[in-house]
Amino acid sequence: MKTLAERTAAQRPNVALTALLSLAPLAVGVIAAFLLQAVLAPAVGPFYAKLVLDVGIAILLSVSLNIVNGFAGQFSLGHGGFMLVGGYTAAYLTYYGSIALWGTAEIHGGFMEGGDIFFMVACVVGGIVAALAGLLVGLPSLRLRGDYLAIVTLGFGEIMRVVIQRTGDVLPVAEAKQKGMLGSLTNVGGSLGFTDVPQYVSPTPWLEKTGHAGIFFTYIFVAICVVVAFRLKASSNGRALLAVRENEVAAEAMGVVTARAKVTAFVMAAFFAGIAGGLFGHQSTLSPSELGFQKSIDIVIMVVLGGMGSISGAVLAAIVLTLLPEALRNFSQYRMIIYALSLIAIMIARPQGLFGTKEIWETTWWRRLFGRRTKAEAP
Amino acid sequence: MALLEVTDLNVHYGGIHALRGVNFSVAQGEVVTLIGANGAGKTTTLRAISGLIKPSKGTVTFGGKVISGLPAHEIVALGMAHAPEGRGIFANLSVEENLEMGAFLRRDHAAVAQDKEKALALFPRIKERLAQNAGTLSGGEQQMLAIARALLSRPKLLLLDEPSLGLAPQVVALIFKIIRTIAADGTTILLVEQNAFGALKVANTGHVLEVGQLVASGPAAQLATDDKIRKAYLGVH
Ligand SMILES: Nc1ncnc2c1ncn2[C@@H]1O[C@H](COP(=O)(O)OP(=O)(O)OP(=O)(O)O)[C@@H](O)[C@H]1O
Ligand SMILES: [Mg+2]
Repeated sequence: MKTLAERTAAQRPNVALTALLSLAPLAVGVIAAFLLQAVLAPAVGPFYAKLVLDVGIAILLSVSLNIVNGFAGQFSLGHGGFMLVGGYTAAYLTYYGSIALWGTAEIHGGFMEGGDIFFMVACVVGGIVAALAGLLVGLPSLRLRGDYLAIVTLGFGEIMRVVIQRTGDVLPVAEAKQKGMLGSLTNVGGSLGFTDVPQYVSPTPWLEKTGHAGIFFTYIFVAICVVVAFRLKASSNGRALLAVRENEVAAEAMGVVTARAKVTAFVMAAFFAGIAGGLFGHQSTLSPSELGFQKSIDIVIMVVLGGMGSISGAVLAAIVLTLLPEALRNFSQYRMIIYALSLIAIMIARPQGLFGTKEIWETTWWRRLFGRRTKAEAP
Repeated sequence: MALLEVTDLNVHYGGIHALRGVNFSVAQGEVVTLIGANGAGKTTTLRAISGLIKPSKGTVTFGGKVISGLPAHEIVALGMAHAPEGRGIFANLSVEENLEMGAFLRRDHAAVAQDKEKALALFPRIKERLAQNAGTLSGGEQQMLAIARALLSRPKLLLLDEPSLGLAPQVVALIFKIIRTIAADGTTILLVEQNAFGALKVANTGHVLEVGQLVASGPAAQLATDDKIRKAYLGVH
């Protein structure tokens, strides 16, 4: 057996290894995204393809919120608000940007041509703007210990929603050309929603129409987010977040700059929520009422159900909670009751969430089912 | 010159004046204990020294450098470790992960590995339990973990806040024995205790804190025989 000293020395960070550990799963993720779009979507048809898409966006949201609520143990109710910020930023860019660049707000070009690239960049910019908003919200509220964050993020989301609802109508192409991008900054549709956004994230099965690869785009971002979350959890910064969650004063005594750790986690989560908003906003009309308080709660439920801190739990909960209401569609009038009851039942049976803080493959029942016993472990 | 020098230390919690001008010093290699009743300000003193709270007045110098006002992580980096009151272990992390958090700021991984072995040699009970969640340890084991974790930053000065709190007599004796071993190994220790009897036995110097002020100071052996102190803190009548 290796001594502790050797084991710790073996854990020394290795840049090349770290890059490989991140790139290999990312490559797998991109290939999976491609297969979901090119093979699965046409095979299952538009209705189920839309579900695949919704599941992807839900995973992006729950895995990113898990960084704040699960890893760092801070209770944020802001994910709906950050989706709103990212979604409107991205939609504004693609709608008015397309008009400025190409003279129309239609989808531009084929798969991974100008329009698709422009859309992906718009989503990332949406993420960056949401991250900046996260910094503004997080800096004052996360420096304090205690539960200010829930109130502040809740307020933030509601303020954003009201602000968006008071904006002017979306300008038609001719007028938008005349006013220019800056001139149309406040014309994002008000309470009626942002209509006529180019629909880059349509679930239309692959190749039925060029330029429709929403599932592919969504799952690329999902792959990035999941890899980032796993790398973070394994890193010393991730360990610091867990320490903050467990005992903030002790973490500080170990030399963790707790305020910085919490704000960084919060900003990262806001970034991915912003991207999710961008994806969400390019399906059809982007409406402010869809991204309110209820949306934030839905995402919190996924994280709590999956187990605070469990990435695989967050993924699984996102899948289950997106599909469950659909599966219950046949009982439409009892649907929400059954949904709520099953949630309550699960939380009574497993108050720590499905997997607690562990990953699925770290749980005892997984080991019992799939683990190979080594001699040392055998009784 | 002393390793730690505390001068006119004052701390306010809102309107509460918890420390009212505390002065003392800790020389290199010494074990100094701070004893006093509940609410005397012992924890407050340690927290003000390690940067977990900001003093409202006064200075703390450590190794000749003024550290009062510095954030906690910079003070840790200078070589001070604080095992906080109530152990402060990370319950849902494994024992080993807890230990590694003690070396959070260190980048000399090979030396950390050696220090880990060394700390675990002091606490064989911890070594047997590296993989289990720290929250499942007994109270005494948690206290051992808290001390081992603090040692992993390779501190010049170790601040211990009531390590004997809530432990059975044999475990208390064991903890005090280990404190002595750590001190013999060259680590300077500032020990806060309610268990004045045990603390004065391991310490070289003692200070008695009463509602935010030092009321008696001297060699530990002498304090332990002082009539007034025996009555007030040692429960001897
Ligand atoms: N965060 C705080 N806010 C307000 N008052 C506080 C705070 N922490 C401590 N105090 C007060 O400061 C005084 C000193 O407290 P401190 O915790 O330093 O005492 P102590 O000597 O460590 O006591 P014990 O032996 O019970 O741990 C007490 O009157 C306490 O009520
Ligand atoms: Mg105390």
